[in-house]
Amino acid sequence: MSASEEGLASLARPFVRMPRAVAIYVGAIVVLALVLVTGVSVGRYAVDPVRILDIVGQSLADPFRDLAEVDERIVMLVRLPRVLLVALSGAALAVSGAALQGVFRNPLVSPQVLGISQGAAFGGAMAILFGIWGLPLLAIVFLSGLSALALVGFIARINGRSEIVTVILSGMIVGAMFSALVSLAQFLADPNGPLPAIVYWLMGSFASTTWERLFVAAPGLAVGMILLWALRFRLNVLSLDEAEARSLGARPDVERWLVFALVAFIVGSQVAVSGIVGWIGLVIPHAARLMVGHDHRTLLPASMLLGAAYLVAVDTLARTMTAAEIPLGILTALVGAPVFAVLLRNHYRDRTAK
Amino acid sequence: MIALENATVRFGSRAVLESLSVAVPIGRSLAILGPNGRGKTTALKAMLGFQPLDTGSRVAPKIVGYVPQSASLNQRYSVRDVVVMGRAAHLGLFGQPGPEDFDAASRALEHVGIAAFADWMFDRLSGGERQLVLLARALATGSEVIVLDEPAAALDLRNQERLLRLLTALRDERNRAIAFTTHDPNHAFAADDALLMMPGAETLCGPVDAVLTSDNLERLYGVEMRHTTITGPDGRTRNAILPAFAGKEAA
Repeated sequence: MSASEEGLASLARPFVRMPRAVAIYVGAIVVLALVLVTGVSVGRYAVDPVRILDIVGQSLADPFRDLAEVDERIVMLVRLPRVLLVALSGAALAVSGAALQGVFRNPLVSPQVLGISQGAAFGGAMAILFGIWGLPLLAIVFLSGLSALALVGFIARINGRSEIVTVILSGMIVGAMFSALVSLAQFLADPNGPLPAIVYWLMGSFASTTWERLFVAAPGLAVGMILLWALRFRLNVLSLDEAEARSLGARPDVERWLVFALVAFIVGSQVAVSGIVGWIGLVIPHAARLMVGHDHRTLLPASMLLGAAYLVAVDTLARTMTAAEIPLGILTALVGAPVFAVLLRNHYRDRTAK
Repeated sequence: MIALENATVRFGSRAVLESLSVAVPIGRSLAILGPNGRGKTTALKAMLGFQPLDTGSRVAPKIVGYVPQSASLNQRYSVRDVVVMGRAAHLGLFGQPGPEDFDAASRALEHVGIAAFADWMFDRLSGGERQLVLLARALATGSEVIVLDEPAAALDLRNQERLLRLLTALRDERNRAIAFTTHDPNHAFAADDALLMMPGAETLCGPVDAVLTSDNLERLYGVEMRHTTITGPDGRTRNAILPAFAGKEAA
């Protein structure tokens, strides 16, 4: 090695990946476990963590046993499904954000950018306006989220190709249009009838989670996450400049839409059961990237663990801080927006400094 | 082999490539020269398949190793992880790189002489080292064709020497087709053939010794050129071509 290379060696110190990454994963898993147990434990009726493990153990052994005690019913019927759905949603939203940021080569995009959330919100508002609840509501929300994405795809596709900037701007257009339609639905809604329901649902909350809702949302969230995880190496390639990605055998303009569709699956499933919960897909991948780097093979699992732990922690705060539960979406936005502002400034400061 | 046959590309009414035919068979290398805006990059993109042709056809393997002028990658990947992305075409949509892919990446890094950098973060490397990593990535694709976009344009003299030696060594292996664009006629001597994209629509193509004459280069750039001989680092005499404006007036 020449002198200049040795000089470089001191600049670019080897990045010891495995032990550090393992330590981070172990730490994140421990934190997630603690947050999950705390989430089930605390509340107006506190349940001892040891008792929780006992109750869950018994129910695992005999899922259809009679839940005689009050604490058994609180843990098994109220808190456990809620905490599990929150954890799954947090993990899936964070993974969606990480994947989108890779594909867009921009750390500032999130699932909202594609207009999926706004489309899903419109579907939900219309369903509530017409008094549709339950599974049909979920189906409408899910389908309207997907159709927003399809609309973005249609607008952005010019001469058979869609550029990244066009996709982002199309997402803004579609999002703005659906937001206006949501406002229209609210304007038309009876203030003594569906209006409060629409407003509360749009704020985002897991308060009415049941096992049934968990099982409705889980397939979309889990399948979306698993397929994004399967794409982890391809996401590395797609995060390169388009010409480079093409030269490596990828077809960015097609494969990008596969990622978008998986994100729509995840966001649609989540919005359907718990309304708009924003900012997770923006804040969490950034934190994960600081810890494990940009490689999606390590970034996705780290985002998953952090997203789950973060959203369960925020949800636990939302239902314990005050007597009346604060909608979760408000808290995630209150935390997310300032973090976004800092990210934005840092991102462009780095860029203009070069 | 990589080739264009009667390739025409028009931007509006302006024909950037006019019935361009050029072929680089396995075992040969080609340098593409031309003034700014004449269409070097368009020719390169056409060869890579990134630029749709208005007429004509392109012959190329499915995967062409491509070394961009500068790395778009500003993210934190290790050098090894950047190079292993060269294996993506062999892995498909859901594939993950296995031990044989990392072996291929290591061999590619050794090939360009930067195996010692494997565990370093790509974004911490200098421009010259990044260029070598991207070349290693192109080699890791296993493609028989490597295309480089102005590989030496942003490099200092030390790194230019390094890159040219590497290009010469790759040429001398005689098992690949190599094409690169350059602004420096002396860099083109690292190739077998040269394609000169003359002003207007004319192109000249042939062995470097025949094509890279001061007359042709004067017409190419509209600048007076001078032949000179210098003694190379190995003590042997080398032919060089310099623009007449080079140097400083002697007292």
